[in-house]
Amino acid sequence: MSLEEYKGVAIFAQQVDNKLSSIAFELIGKAHELAADLGTDVTAVVLGSGIADLADKLGEYGADKVVVIDDPALETYRTEPYAQALTAYINEYKPEIMLVGATAIGRDLGPTVSARVKTGLTADCTSLEIGDFPLVAKEGQEQKHNQLLMTRPAFGGNTIATIACPDNRPQMATVRPGVMQKLPKEAGRKAEVINYKPELKENNRYVEILNIVKNATSTVDIMDAKILVSGGRGVGSPENFKLLEDLAEVIGGTVSCSRAVVDSGWKPKDLQVGQTGKTVRPNVYFAIGISGAIQHTAGMEESDIIIAINKDENAPIFEVADYGIVGDLNKIVPALTEALKAELADKQ
Amino acid sequence: MNIVVCIKQVPDTKGGVKFNPDGTLDRASMLAIMNPDDKAGLEAALRIKDETGAKVTVVTMGLPKADDMLREALAMGADEAVLVTDRRLGGADTWATSSTVAAAVKKLDYDLIITGRQAIDGDTAQVGPQIAEHLSLPVISYAEDIKVEGNSVVVKRQYEDRYHEVKAQMPCLITALSELNQPRYMTPGGIFDAYEKEVTVWGRDDLTDLDDANIGLAGSPTKIAKASDKVRKGAGEKVALDPKESVEYIVNKLKEKHVI
Repeated sequence: MSLEEYKGVAIFAQQVDNKLSSIAFELIGKAHELAADLGTDVTAVVLGSGIADLADKLGEYGADKVVVIDDPALETYRTEPYAQALTAYINEYKPEIMLVGATAIGRDLGPTVSARVKTGLTADCTSLEIGDFPLVAKEGQEQKHNQLLMTRPAFGGNTIATIACPDNRPQMATVRPGVMQKLPKEAGRKAEVINYKPELKENNRYVEILNIVKNATSTVDIMDAKILVSGGRGVGSPENFKLLEDLAEVIGGTVSCSRAVVDSGWKPKDLQVGQTGKTVRPNVYFAIGISGAIQHTAGMEESDIIIAINKDENAPIFEVADYGIVGDLNKIVPALTEALKAELADKQ
Repeated sequence: MNIVVCIKQVPDTKGGVKFNPDGTLDRASMLAIMNPDDKAGLEAALRIKDETGAKVTVVTMGLPKADDMLREALAMGADEAVLVTDRRLGGADTWATSSTVAAAVKKLDYDLIITGRQAIDGDTAQVGPQIAEHLSLPVISYAEDIKVEGNSVVVKRQYEDRYHEVKAQMPCLITALSELNQPRYMTPGGIFDAYEKEVTVWGRDDLTDLDDANIGLAGSPTKIAKASDKVRKGAGEKVALDPKESVEYIVNKLKEKHVI
């Protein structure tokens, strides 16, 4: 393959139930930066059935082109028809970079497609930039420019590695949701829309969907919250989360939690922050009764302001907190709620 | 029926990660364990064996010391174990690893292949789906429940806000979540037997259906440009005040930062 044939930055615009996932917009935001460095444009690829109206929205959030693959076989996510469709797009349009969200869909589709087109895939990236590989020129080795440098955590967030894919195209990465910034919506901005119809072939690899069960839990997405009031095992009981809910209500925040709380069955998994939960970056993150295992801090340390309340002065959460309060959450949190109520009432 | 379970030996990161002075991972001082998702996959296979009398073969690619982990799998109830080990396979990324493991699995009889969703060292979740790709099999990842029904499997496949119950014809590949089950312990008799059993060891040359272009560091499309211990956000202020003062402190900080 000739690497020069591959041009442009493409993103997989994930939709579920014909609603675009937040990661689609986050990827467009990052793709814009990369495309600016490369002097190229951004294509959003959206797969589904009856999805033509999603193209406008992708345009308003910054996609220059939208490739729509609309096929009844793509109505609900299944690995094989989606892999066929995205592989066909890559082979036909030859993007030099292909970004996919590191979601439960993206982490299935990405590896399958990268193996099918025989290229590398870097998982769960938290930072992407254009640069040289090797980073510093080495004698006897050609230094390649305009490479995608993909940075990702490994070993539970204990190390970070920067990875390149110098000899294969596209350069593929899955990107952790909640890390990249979406662009502000520009109403009326139009993308060039391309309806692409690859032939999807039903084969032995198609699976049959027997049943779809949606979790009937909270409707909020903690990744969109500006203020999170997050509780850990130290909260003590599911009933005691009422203290956090009261605080969240007064300050306009959302309750989230650590893995220990989910494992104890106190809160549903979709409220879990951390490596096996969601990555969040709110303006304010209250870590209440959370000890701060590395798997947790990996999911919240990008928050603008971290306020930790914990009675154990040696809790690792204090190592990432901007403001750490050593004390009893049962006394501090209700008093804080009352104080904030008074403050905010004064303002009105 | 024949079930192949792909497992990996990983450093136990529960107590944190230790580094050598040169910044490389100090694997020697960290315990080596069977990757948790893989162990759940093995348990799922053993439960199918309990019900149907299936034969369970575990396969790993790794260093010779992964023999320990294979014997643990035998002691839990696996019937056979294969260790793929060769210096020429070292430094493999997920593409090269999945190509190699697929070539090993091809030499075995299989109706069902189970892998863990992801390993706790690399966290990529790529090798399972990519083995399926190399073998042209259906893949069902993120499995929370597995049932065998005749020549098919019915799997509860987890997403963020829902699950799909899906059915696939065997042969197929499933990646297991550690939430799938509680793995059984080794039995004393099993431990005794495990050391009597022979672990099959294959080197690169035993894997005939494998191209040199797809193995090891050289056969890996992704290359590491830089690796380092994570630079963590430093600690900020820490105070120990009485509750009333604590509240004043927090309110003042929220005002300073224009949150309220």
